[in-house]
Amino acid sequence: MEPAAARLIGAGLAAIGTGAAAIGVGIIFGQFLLGALRNPTASDGQFGRVFIGVALAEGLGIFALLIAILLLFVVKG
Amino acid sequence: MAEESAFDPIHQFVIKPIFNLHFFGVDASFTNASLFMVIVASAVAALMLLGTSRRALIPGRVQTLAEMAYEFVNSTLHMADLHDGRRFFPFVFTLFLFVLLCNVIGLIPYSFTVTSQIAVTGALALLVIGIVVVYGFIHNGTRFLRLFVPSGVPAALLPFIVPIEVISFLSRPVSLSVRLFANMLAGHITLNVMGGFVIALLSAGFFAIIAPLPFLMAIVLTAFELLVAVLQAYVFAILTCVYLRDALHPGH
Repeated sequence: MEPAAARLIGAGLAAIGTGAAAIGVGIIFGQFLLGALRNPTASDGQFGRVFIGVALAEGLGIFALLIAILLLFVVKG
Repeated sequence: MAEESAFDPIHQFVIKPIFNLHFFGVDASFTNASLFMVIVASAVAALMLLGTSRRALIPGRVQTLAEMAYEFVNSTLHMADLHDGRRFFPFVFTLFLFVLLCNVIGLIPYSFTVTSQIAVTGALALLVIGIVVVYGFIHNGTRFLRLFVPSGVPAALLPFIVPIEVISFLSRPVSLSVRLFANMLAGHITLNVMGGFVIALLSAGFFAIIAPLPFLMAIVLTAFELLVAVLQAYVFAILTCVYLRDALHPGH
């Protein structure tokens, strides 16, 4: 297989990991909403922690996107 | 790409020197990245100096902005339970405003995003982890190593848990820097590619009729990138607070 074709296929496979990040973020917000609808007054205090969790989960998915971008634009050949 | 495409989204991240300075073989040129760091630093200084110059009881607009920034970082420290780490407030405040303004100013067309360079975000993350390690050892002595031994773990599991904890601690500067860098890089590359689509469609004869679609997508993406810019600055600040709390109170 030509290196250029292998790079493009590899970039496509690496970008699948960003879907996992989307699932993770959805789970975090969904669980927060489940708890917030049961205890609305306590939910405002925890809202900041939701964003910490979202950023941590999304950060790991961004690593997958980074591999895809590296393969597409930085690796030559 | 193997062939030279009509648009090259990486070109916007190239560092171009403005004044060439070479000291003893070290390239210390004043580049476009340096120019934008100076712009960001002066914007932060102008906001805080102008905001606190009048000290009116009923604040004007600039003073309200400065007070909002202070209150926001204050609530961030409270959210991370860093109550006895007030000495770190100036550090977290500076870090937060610097990263926030670097991210937001990078959204202006034809500007340069300083935090889309791994060198800049890596230096900031190493600074944070360096302060955590040094202050942890100064404040706690060797009790700081208790950070790697979670409480309530049976002694038989310790040879497995401690290396895992050490590796997860060492991955903190990596994840801190790469999270900010990759978010900024991916956002700007996407915006650039959307703009390239608009140009390509406009010059393809009949297909110019659907050229407004990538243009609308670019508008939506710019709004999303603004959200990501603010959110990533907030996450950088709050993770700094969490790591500093680990330095002050090691052990979970």
